[in-house]
Amino acid sequence: MKGKTIVLFGRLMTHILRSPDTIITVAIMPIAIMLMFVYVFGGAVKTSLGDGVNYVNYQLPGILLIAIASGIAYTAFRLYGDRENGFFTRLNAMPIKRSSVLWAHVLTSLVSNMLTLVIIFIVAFLMGFRSSAGILAWLAMAGTLVLFTLALTWVAVIPGLTAKSAEGANAFSYPLIFLPMLSSAFVPTETMPTVLRVFAENQPVTSIVNSLRALLNAGSVGNEIWIALAWCVGIAAVAYLFAMRAYRRSV
Amino acid sequence: MSDSAIRVKDLQKSFKETEVLKGVDFEVERGEIFALLGSNGAGKTTIVNILSTLLKADAGEASVCDFDVTDQADKVRQNISLTGQFAAVDGVLTGRENLILIAKLRDVANPTQTADELLSRFGLVDAANKQAATYSGGMKRRLDIAMSLVGTPAVIFLDEPTTGLDPEGRLEVWKMVKELAGGGTTILLTTQYLEEAEQLADRIAILHAGRIIANGTLASLKKLFPPAKVEYIEKQPTLEDIFLTIIGRQESE
Repeated sequence: MKGKTIVLFGRLMTHILRSPDTIITVAIMPIAIMLMFVYVFGGAVKTSLGDGVNYVNYQLPGILLIAIASGIAYTAFRLYGDRENGFFTRLNAMPIKRSSVLWAHVLTSLVSNMLTLVIIFIVAFLMGFRSSAGILAWLAMAGTLVLFTLALTWVAVIPGLTAKSAEGANAFSYPLIFLPMLSSAFVPTETMPTVLRVFAENQPVTSIVNSLRALLNAGSVGNEIWIALAWCVGIAAVAYLFAMRAYRRSV
Repeated sequence: MSDSAIRVKDLQKSFKETEVLKGVDFEVERGEIFALLGSNGAGKTTIVNILSTLLKADAGEASVCDFDVTDQADKVRQNISLTGQFAAVDGVLTGRENLILIAKLRDVANPTQTADELLSRFGLVDAANKQAATYSGGMKRRLDIAMSLVGTPAVIFLDEPTTGLDPEGRLEVWKMVKELAGGGTTILLTTQYLEEAEQLADRIAILHAGRIIANGTLASLKKLFPPAKVEYIEKQPTLEDIFLTIIGRQESE
């Protein structure tokens, strides 16, 4: 059965390689936001961060999360497409384990999002991003990003399986893209009004951003990383259950 | 092993308040082309979906190649192939890649060879390396049906195979279906066109208001009606005849 997942994964990767714009388009928006934050707001933000803070480093985790949040919209879109043109029906009447079909989409989402993140890292490097992180910290960071992508991908599977239109399959990702703005990703939360600050400090993005930032800058991660991982695992688990239920209904 | 490839007994299915199938009975023999004729919404697709394990019946029995569609769904899936109402081809992949994909998913020993054989059999060799999205409706349908033949399933379901095709495409599909049945494959096809059932099927069942109201060979169904009267009428060529003649002339030039 694993072999079938790989075959279906290969099919979806062919889709991506034949229209590489799905990776480039996804990278362009976060890069534009990064340019804006670093070169437009960056100077002002820096004054509240103190000297010696590399703002490219500071905002990079938030940009990565924005990229993932917009990248998974394509997963929903691809799923919707398979459902719409009858390809799903064809696969479901074949001797293939049904979960293989979904896992192929999930794997594709992971790989294409990681490619997008590599592009963003390269641009950030050109803009002055430097990291003193060791190999273990990089691995921990990669693991956290993979887990976050996995969690949001399962969220994306739900509209992919239930949306009535292609727009509907996409629209759910907008609030997710916005979430890093209301977190510690771009400005310190201390500068926010109380209500916003309470929200910002307790939503998943903040703990993930803080952990990634600590890992990137070879700082101490503390308990924050466990909160971040708990959020990712929790979101993934809940979304997985709903996605599976939606899948059983769709066939 | 019995002679029946498909057996359906007292099949019932409702969607919310609507009773779509109210007790459907029929059998299809091995190697036969069986047409399920009915108007839109008569429940033809519902029957096909139940037989191809996509949908569960509320009551009744249904088996394909002696395997129960609910209890032995996986065995059924190994023996069937479904061509749905929309040509379910992957538009991004080429025709050849589509066939290879299905061959791999069906664990066929030699996917590339299987693909090439089907391409030549379905007249798609020239278009083999073009993306399927660029194919005409008739070509997509041919590829779609070719994909259903990968792994030589014993039973093939064709759900309205010619809906949405132009007359030429329809004739192409008809020709293919006839060839298939010659090879011993059991085919259940649904259609709303009387002519299609007449052209293709060994046996025809008429589905109406949730039940099979007539079932038999064309000859036996004709006997149910009053004997034909002989009348003389001038036969005008239909627009379809004209269209096909003109097209045929252009292609032979």
